[in-house]
Amino acid sequence: MTVTDHSRATADAAHTHGLGTPTPDASRADRPTSFDVDAFAVPTGREEEWRFSPLKDIKPMLADQAADGHLEWDVPALPAGVTLTEVSPADARERSVRAPGDRASAVAAAHASGAMALTIAPNTVVDEPIQITVTGRGEDVRGHLLVEAGASSEATVIIERRGTATYSEFVSVDLADNAGLNLVLLQLWDEDAVHAGEVVARLGRDSRLRGSVVTLGGKAVRLNTSAAFAGEGASVDLFGLYFADSGQHQEHQLFVDHAVPRCTSRVTYKGALAGATARTVWIGDVLIRKEAEETDTYELNRNLVLTDGARADSVPNLEIETGEIAGAGHASATGRFDDEQMFYLRSRGISEEEARKLVVRGFFADLIQEIGVPTVEESLMKAIDLELEHVNEELAEEHA
Amino acid sequence: MSTLEIKNLHASVETPEGTKQILKGVDLTINSGETHAIMGPNGSGKSTLAYSLAGHPKYEITEGSVTLDGEDVLAMSVDERAKAGMFLAMQYPVEVPGVSVSNFLRTAKTAIDGEAPKLRTWVKDVKKSMDDLRMDSSFAERNVNEGFSGGEKKRHEILQMELLAPKIAVLDETDSGLDVDALRIVSEGVNRVKDNTGLGIMLITHYTRILKYIQPDFVHVFVNGQIAEQGGRELADRLEAEGYDRFLASA
Repeated sequence: MTVTDHSRATADAAHTHGLGTPTPDASRADRPTSFDVDAFAVPTGREEEWRFSPLKDIKPMLADQAADGHLEWDVPALPAGVTLTEVSPADARERSVRAPGDRASAVAAAHASGAMALTIAPNTVVDEPIQITVTGRGEDVRGHLLVEAGASSEATVIIERRGTATYSEFVSVDLADNAGLNLVLLQLWDEDAVHAGEVVARLGRDSRLRGSVVTLGGKAVRLNTSAAFAGEGASVDLFGLYFADSGQHQEHQLFVDHAVPRCTSRVTYKGALAGATARTVWIGDVLIRKEAEETDTYELNRNLVLTDGARADSVPNLEIETGEIAGAGHASATGRFDDEQMFYLRSRGISEEEARKLVVRGFFADLIQEIGVPTVEESLMKAIDLELEHVNEELAEEHA
Repeated sequence: MSTLEIKNLHASVETPEGTKQILKGVDLTINSGETHAIMGPNGSGKSTLAYSLAGHPKYEITEGSVTLDGEDVLAMSVDERAKAGMFLAMQYPVEVPGVSVSNFLRTAKTAIDGEAPKLRTWVKDVKKSMDDLRMDSSFAERNVNEGFSGGEKKRHEILQMELLAPKIAVLDETDSGLDVDALRIVSEGVNRVKDNTGLGIMLITHYTRILKYIQPDFVHVFVNGQIAEQGGRELADRLEAEGYDRFLASA
């Protein structure tokens, strides 16, 4: 077995090395999962999976107690073969692909009083994206969501989160054999929202999951995504884009579990940071089990630090238990957009604002194209430009 | 017809040991169509002169003036200087990850002209300029200076100079680190731009070799933050034979 845990970063003091960190679990597979909240101790912040997290913000979502708030769901007329239904707590557990993997997620499932289930019937092919918007009204909300893609179905589902809430959730994504699902989760919260989410996906034989996560808003967002292969020949592409300003903590943890042969995984996350207290965390774990021969996997995290003080942590982990693989690799780099780059672009007549835009748009462009939903791509570019306007305003104030 | 007029220019830089005066009164006038070679030993302040003219924040101008056609260059921001017609070909061009050469060039051209270039002629101009500089068309899709060889970086600088068509270009050791083939290509590029646009050139160099390919109208020897001696082509030949010792001894 080979375990690597390192991050390469070029920004000064803007990264963390794997060295000197708490001893990780012997294997990523050893972490417990349970619907029982008591199976998870209240984290202290020293645990491997919590050591970067803003526990102060997340604390309210770790208490084993009910929350009475709701998110407002805006659901379009659903196409034939697609349904959204309320599911009883017992059914919600039964239909989840696995149990929650941490306390926040267990609390969410325990107190969500059932689940919402978005179900795509077998052999249903939906051409138009299904766009669901959920809006927080400043309440405390626990959520449990099931996304079920039937055998040989094809669909694109976009779930956009807006408004503000203290929101924790457990999302189960089930791809039956040969299903194709493009799932886009947009965190466009207001600036004071706090969000702790766990998304767990199970991929049946020959199924294809494209999972995109975009986190721009919120005070603290901690989103853990797991994908586990249950049948051969399946593939998962996990894309992530985040942009943290001052006062924002954005954390994305990933785990791809190759438990069967001949599956492919790609993880590509990119983040930009601006503002002295902007903070991002990316942890990418990939496990290739002994059985998972001919696995092909690659994970990549890139961070672009636009101003002094911002901090990006990046920790890729690759655990390999078989030598019979097609390919396995990872890369992590944190770079600064520095004064010299700025001078170079400006010496060619490009203004400071335009220079920053050029670099950030360039940084995200290929990733945005991967989301594969033109309307989302367009609005994302606009959202990023808006983020940059905030950055420019903030910097102008600093200079003033 | 444009004129860059540098008068009594003094510049300093902050170092851990304190403020260090580097330029100690530079006087120089460059007109359109003229090529001025600035030659001098390492550490004489040649690059500081180049960066000071471009407005690098590291250097503080403590005295003197710089005007371009009467306009106060020192009062302009870095990008305003470029828009006014100044260009600096850098000794060490900076990598800009995530930004393709083609996107960079188009953005710069749009900024300099105040409007986007006409697509069809622009694509043709870029292609021709790249062909002339023996740059493969795949260059356009690479990220700015990322993974470029030394020669590729310098050709990319001249490509920008040709496309942005400045009034006055400062070439900061554009010849350093180039083999003879690359030097010839880069020099041809400079000569072509000069023939086509009639720009004025400040050619900063440590070596005389580039002067075989680019004919200077004036040669200035730069020592200890000042111009120590001026002359024509023959001064360069003398420097090649004698080196800078004569000036260093007296400095």
